[in-house]
Amino acid sequence: MAAEIYLNVAVSGLLTGLVYGLMAVGLSVIFGVVRVVNFAHGEMMTIAMYLAIVLFNGFGLDPLIMVVPLAAVLFALGYAMQAGIINPFITRPEHSQFILLVAMALIIANVLLIVFGPDARSVQTPYSFDSFLVGPLIIDATKAYAGAATVVITAALFGFFRFAPLGKAIRACADNYTGALVVGLNVKRLYALTFGLGAACVGAAGSMLVLLVDVTPALGPALTLLAFIIVITGGLGSMPGAVLGGVLIGLTEAMAGLFFTPSAKSMFSFALLVLVLLFRPQGILGKRPS
Amino acid sequence: MLRIENLDVFHGDAQALDDVSLEIDEGAIVAIVGANGAGKTSLIRTIAGMLRPARGRIAFRDTDITGWESYRVCNLGIGQVAEGRQVFPTLSVAENLDVGAMLPRARGAQTANLQRVFGLFPVLAERLAQPAGTLSGGEQQMLAIGRCLMGAPELVMFDEPSLGLAPAVVQQLLRTIRDLNREGLTCVLVEQNVAVSLKLAAHAYVLENGRITLAGPGEELLADDRVRRAYLGL
Repeated sequence: MAAEIYLNVAVSGLLTGLVYGLMAVGLSVIFGVVRVVNFAHGEMMTIAMYLAIVLFNGFGLDPLIMVVPLAAVLFALGYAMQAGIINPFITRPEHSQFILLVAMALIIANVLLIVFGPDARSVQTPYSFDSFLVGPLIIDATKAYAGAATVVITAALFGFFRFAPLGKAIRACADNYTGALVVGLNVKRLYALTFGLGAACVGAAGSMLVLLVDVTPALGPALTLLAFIIVITGGLGSMPGAVLGGVLIGLTEAMAGLFFTPSAKSMFSFALLVLVLLFRPQGILGKRPS
Repeated sequence: MLRIENLDVFHGDAQALDDVSLEIDEGAIVAIVGANGAGKTSLIRTIAGMLRPARGRIAFRDTDITGWESYRVCNLGIGQVAEGRQVFPTLSVAENLDVGAMLPRARGAQTANLQRVFGLFPVLAERLAQPAGTLSGGEQQMLAIGRCLMGAPELVMFDEPSLGLAPAVVQQLLRTIRDLNREGLTCVLVEQNVAVSLKLAAHAYVLENGRITLAGPGEELLADDRVRRAYLGL
């Protein structure tokens, strides 16, 4: 009996972790290519979450169906942010990029606060309390759908970067900035596309996360921090690392909630981060800088 | 084909190019020689749209391209084999060539260009799946030239193609550049190997501290006392 509880919690943590992982993949893609740390990552995620809530409450649109449309909306937002605001900062020192992105984070959080107020919001779908019985396991239906959708989206993103001509061009920019200019790639447009793709990950993940957690305008910084912990645990710039990191953090949080108390979950996530930094500073799947 | 007038370029406060004017005729090999830090790479990068000139004008076939972004310059047919080769190290050889063929002007001719590159450098065809970072220096230089040719350029600027390579490989690369020129490619050759590049070039310019101090046919400069003393150690 006891073993089944652990297994159930583990599966639940793993599925939540996949959604975290998708969010972190977005951060990792942006950093790996554009070399800009998106300090507004969690805030962009809260934009997606509020949009999902508005669409659900106003039009009855299921957040799981809105995953793709919201990814498209956030793609457009990310593209516009990079093309309009961040590109001129690419060649500036890191601290001015930092200030720019923190400013964007503050603006997003406070606009959300003005529009939606400080109260926590959530959605109740008809399948909120459904679950699947798989042998001894009880799997929450919402988490199962979200986990499956995340796997499909991440696989599509991997395929895009591996095989699509644009994906190759983006990898070329990440590999050698000067080389990309030399062969005549439009680097600024590719950067905007990349930031858009990173934001699209956040759009998809946010629209799923709204089914799992309540959202407030103040959730942004916590999500940004979570994405950082995941990316650093998995290996900065490694997409598989971000997914793996997400799953590990999801598992850690779920287990911490089971063995101690859910409010202590961040402590265990940080403990995992500290362990990784001690024994494998480049992250689990990260490459050592050569 | 390419005309440069009164070009001034700065890196911060330091002046890299000072009132540089030169002309590249279609079908020629033009050599630019000079010591390290004389401004050779700055000149190439300014033509390629990677640096903005403070003053002056760059015209390619009567099109004023001064201040154009690098991808627009490339798409006009001005290619570059950059200093330090600048291949994409984690991308495979095939992917490096694919990325070189992404210019709108080159999209229709990708298969023909690939055959041409494999004809010039058969070793690249043998290493298609290998990451470019694991190639030898000579092979990387071949890949850099091949990647540039995938963009169907009409003028190619070679920046120190022989740097750090074994003498036998250098001979082969210079022969390839000569052959490409005979097929109709206009070449700008920036080389530390002054004797060889002056022999190869129809016309040459000497760059010193960002200024052009001497210009003339390659053979003539090779016989010039100042050039022989400063660059050939004679």
